[in-house]
Amino acid sequence: MSSKDLLPNDGLSEIDQEFFCQAPPEYISPLPKPIEDFMNWARSESLFILAFGTGCGAIELRPLTTSRFDMYQYGIQMRATPRQSSVFIVGGYASVKTLKRIVRSYEQMQGPKFVVTLGSCPINGGMYWDSYNTINRIDHYLPIDISICGCMPRPESILAGFVELKKMIRAGQCDGANLYAKNFAWYKANQKRIIKDWNMPDYNW
Amino acid sequence: MGPLGLKIIYTLITLVICGVYGLLLGAFMAKTMARVQGRIGIPLHQPFVDIIKNYGKRTAISHGIMFYLGPVFRLTGGIGTLVFIPVIFGSEYFSNFSVAGDLLLVMYFIFFGQLGMALGASEGGHPYSPIGIARGLAQMCAFEVPFALAIIAIAIQYNTFSITEIVAAQQGGILSWTFFTNPFAVVAALLAMLGMNMYPPFSIVLAPQEIPIGPPTEYHSAYLGMLQSNRAIFAAAKLVLFMNLFFGGATNFPVLVLKTWAIYMCSVLVGAAFPRFRPEETIRFFLRWPTVIGIVGLLFAKYYLI
Repeated sequence: MSSKDLLPNDGLSEIDQEFFCQAPPEYISPLPKPIEDFMNWARSESLFILAFGTGCGAIELRPLTTSRFDMYQYGIQMRATPRQSSVFIVGGYASVKTLKRIVRSYEQMQGPKFVVTLGSCPINGGMYWDSYNTINRIDHYLPIDISICGCMPRPESILAGFVELKKMIRAGQCDGANLYAKNFAWYKANQKRIIKDWNMPDYNW
Repeated sequence: MGPLGLKIIYTLITLVICGVYGLLLGAFMAKTMARVQGRIGIPLHQPFVDIIKNYGKRTAISHGIMFYLGPVFRLTGGIGTLVFIPVIFGSEYFSNFSVAGDLLLVMYFIFFGQLGMALGASEGGHPYSPIGIARGLAQMCAFEVPFALAIIAIAIQYNTFSITEIVAAQQGGILSWTFFTNPFAVVAALLAMLGMNMYPPFSIVLAPQEIPIGPPTEYHSAYLGMLQSNRAIFAAAKLVLFMNLFFGGATNFPVLVLKTWAIYMCSVLVGAAFPRFRPEETIRFFLRWPTVIGIVGLLFAKYYLI
């Protein structure tokens, strides 16, 4: 790898730099089609959600674990660590401060990974569209697979969204991790334009 | 192919059968808990899909050699436990690599995986990993006391450390089982098993709402797949061990499934009924009544049965 591919990691102290990745994410080609189809089926039937509520919409996510909705029957589970999760949920408006955490958590997840947004705010800012500290379009900072609209979407809508996400994964349409790797420079530039105090690694796997 | 080659093949078959059986038991546990909570719960094939998905992840990272070796040691502990336990009594091939003194070896293998995992998980660097490890090792030290007492009691009773000989001594009717000849040792061991299986109230290691999710916090992709495979194999191995030591072993697979399932139900029923202990409560628990019952079992074996 040439030196221009290396990340600057300017935000880190010299001691911290060796703890983090010095190479950007890479595009990973899918496996031969029959195997990839089978893996996509497994990925769609085993969705591990990162239990990280970023905004008010996360409150509508909790009922999915209860007896009334029970998302476990659809192969959807909560996972407490980004390492093991495959679905990241942006649960409503994303403030500048939260965007930092969103980026760090998303980058720690292992591919293939999927991003779902809840509510209107991540799409166009919603009722916070002119707020000084809220992001209007989250898809400028992360590749989004599916957006569930509403203010806020009810648990039924969220379940319907997950069913749709599963169909898309099975069809091989959710390749966000590769999209992120391909357009890494663009995403990173957008993120750095918003996050002024960049005191974290440039790519933190 | 010589007898050793055949034996290796049959041991591999046993591993696959026990792995599948362990995964089904795990799903059965999750399903039962869901039903108790009024939910439908996961489909029975969910653990299989989870494992396939984890092995099929496209990226994986390592925090160092020990981090990489952690799940390897854990899986070695699970497989090692199983391959030295005779699964089917009297069967030449399904008796695996049972040797004289295998009981001690198996007890060592039960420790081995957890110690290996402790070394590996701490290299991940996540603060929850050492907390989970400290809890796990503390609980292991506690439940090993009644378990070791029960093992010593039956070693005295049958005058051997060979699992095959212990099973052989229990043949000849239901009343020959250790469960009836030395019930104290069996109760102490079953209480220790509740801790070993780490279901509520002894689920302090993974403890999802406290230290999400303990030692495997940094493990992902194929590492996690290995840990899940081990969990299934290890669960089945422990059940087979308990069946052999205390419930007369099994001479065919239907009997094995029936007996191990019944032993597993102890964990399921207790798990569904009780909330989680705190770490200090679980340690105190094992060092009180189970230990006393274990000592009674030991004295009973020493002064009454011999």
